[in-house]
Amino acid sequence: MSEAVPALSPEQMRSLLQTMYRIRAFEEKVDELFMRGEVHGTTHLSIGEEATAAGALQALRPDDYITSTHRGHGHCISKGADLKLMMAELLGKETGYCRGRGGSMHIADVASGNLGANGVVGGGIPIATGVGLSIKMQGLDRVCLCFFGDGAANEGTFHESINLAAIWDLPVIFLCENNQYGMSMSVRKAMRCETIAQRAVAYGIPGERVDGNDVFAVYEAVARAAARARAGQGPTLIEAVTYRYKGHSKSDQNRYRTRDEIRAWQERDPIKRLTAYLREHSLMTQEEIEREEAAAYQAIEEAYQFALASPEPDPDSLLEGVYA
Amino acid sequence: MSGPSSLPTTVATGAPQQAEAAQSQVQEMTYAEAIREALREEMRRDPRVFLMGEDIGIYGGAFGVTYGLIDEFGEERVRDTPISEAALAGCAIGAALTGMRPVAEFQFSDFMAIGMDQIVNQGAKLRFMFGGKAQVPVVFRAPLGSGTGAAAQHSQSLEAWFAHVPGLKVVLPSTPADVKGLLLSAIRDPNPVIFLEHKLLYRYKGPVPRGEWTVPIGQAEVKRPGKDLTIIALSIMVPRALAVAERLAEEGIEAEVVDPRTLRPLDEETLIASARKTGRVLIVHEAVLTGGFGGEIAARIAASEAFYYLDAPILRLGGAETPIPYNRTLERRATPQEEDIYQAARRLLQRRPL
Ligand SMILES: Cc1ncc(C[n+]2csc(CCOP(=O)(O)OP(=O)(O)O)c2C)c(N)n1
Ligand SMILES: [Mg+2]
Repeated sequence: MSEAVPALSPEQMRSLLQTMYRIRAFEEKVDELFMRGEVHGTTHLSIGEEATAAGALQALRPDDYITSTHRGHGHCISKGADLKLMMAELLGKETGYCRGRGGSMHIADVASGNLGANGVVGGGIPIATGVGLSIKMQGLDRVCLCFFGDGAANEGTFHESINLAAIWDLPVIFLCENNQYGMSMSVRKAMRCETIAQRAVAYGIPGERVDGNDVFAVYEAVARAAARARAGQGPTLIEAVTYRYKGHSKSDQNRYRTRDEIRAWQERDPIKRLTAYLREHSLMTQEEIEREEAAAYQAIEEAYQFALASPEPDPDSLLEGVYA
Repeated sequence: MSGPSSLPTTVATGAPQQAEAAQSQVQEMTYAEAIREALREEMRRDPRVFLMGEDIGIYGGAFGVTYGLIDEFGEERVRDTPISEAALAGCAIGAALTGMRPVAEFQFSDFMAIGMDQIVNQGAKLRFMFGGKAQVPVVFRAPLGSGTGAAAQHSQSLEAWFAHVPGLKVVLPSTPADVKGLLLSAIRDPNPVIFLEHKLLYRYKGPVPRGEWTVPIGQAEVKRPGKDLTIIALSIMVPRALAVAERLAEEGIEAEVVDPRTLRPLDEETLIASARKTGRVLIVHEAVLTGGFGGEIAARIAASEAFYYLDAPILRLGGAETPIPYNRTLERRATPQEEDIYQAARRLLQRRPL
């Protein structure tokens, strides 16, 4: 079995940029809609973390599965979701991915293998393990990519599930998006170990830490893990180190971190780093990059207009969909 | 199990408590502030009391309830925990078992499911299994309920799960004064107390006695006296029922609104006395109707001597048989609103005696 990772083509790199711009544009719009009270409930934005989602999904095939988190818009978009149906879901419309029943925290696109965001921290980790078991028992050539946060790595579900996936050699990639905080609690305070990746040692599987703001590094790590999983060699734990710029959710006043810290991370912005690379290697001109960015904002605006024009669920449909 | 025998034999109207509070100063504050005040006063009074939970320190808690307490009491007594609810529950139980008085906060009551093994299989039973030779004076606080658009995994009302377990006490305060008084009682109680706060109540304002002010666990309160029908309401349904009673009063109907406040132990005497007096009973809670605590209340009344005084079958109003939807309109539809309570009361009044 070779773990060599195929190099990304220029076309794939441009597609990564498109995805990352779409995530950012989508979330900026959602942020704005919340401020204006057009969307209710709560939302968790992944602005600043786009490279992890985009890079990871670039390494998978369309028929692979993912489980996502409360901070899941980026995973959903990277898995190829229709922006219109996503936006409609956030506006609670019948045309949304979950018929307006789920909202931001439960967005799922089951047909495309996205098994859903999750309102429960660590809630998706055992489910991903079960998806791996199902893939293995059915003899399918697929993998399941499980996203979760640094905070989730302190839930029992993390430890129990990774151990299970390890002893059964399940085709699961456990991808921790370490954005330094679980709500207000920094990783430094929440765990004694240096890295989350090193916890892999405890379960006898490979663990790897990558720069989560380097889209190529994330792609390569996930591609290697996917190759192992497909070859029947079991799960991998990957820790992608990144940072969220926005508050945890709308109730956050950022009292637990400094502006300087946020600014320092903005210097390492994943989109800026990718565009710099594309320019330096003459893969895209500044003008082409700007066109890509504008197209993303345009696509989001269209998605928003679609959502606005979409119908509300019929109030009498309240009891639908509880049972199969 | 019946209510404690020390209860007043007449239907309580709230008057005895107001008398108790008369000496101390009364101040208008929100439900969230009243909780904070109770925590602060008890932490000053009793060095064994400490708080633990996710983001309760500098963040002040997801709903801001513990905001500022870390400044007064420090990180030792206002302990931020990692996101580990099973450990949060069990660690609080272990500390309580050996001399501390922990108050553990779950960010949402839905996540108590993760700590459920420790709460139900350990905390609730340790004293009994040890032949009565230990006690577990722990309080588990958590917000419950819908109405904020937080959808299916952040909006449930699971109080009946806990009320099913001998060894636990279960409290659902509905006013700022009650939440303070009951929290002080809960912290001082030698048993595990599940303390459930409706998210929408946090901003409700009301008069709260300053200083020492306790409300006994296991004592219902008649929030508004009336003679034509009884509305027994839990948590957020209490203010809704009171608003409905106001509307009914304009139409010449006097509804009595009773708040059990504690589900376990249940003060059934107060509930039965009210049922007996009015002969018509409407029970309303946000929790899903099937298996909701209203069924227990209805059964207690139906099995009591109040049965002979009922002029109509007992009516229950609860949440729809569905997880809470995200969409605003569906979300409202899924739980009883004022209009639903009003219509139910009207239906109940139309029923002819047999
Ligand atoms: C079991 C559970 N506990 C607590 C919460 C409240 N909560 C939502 S997100 C969050 C922080 C999660 O941190 P992390 O896993 O690092 O993900 P991030 O938000 O940083 O992306 C918390 C505490 C929850 N949703 N589920
Ligand atoms: Mg995090």
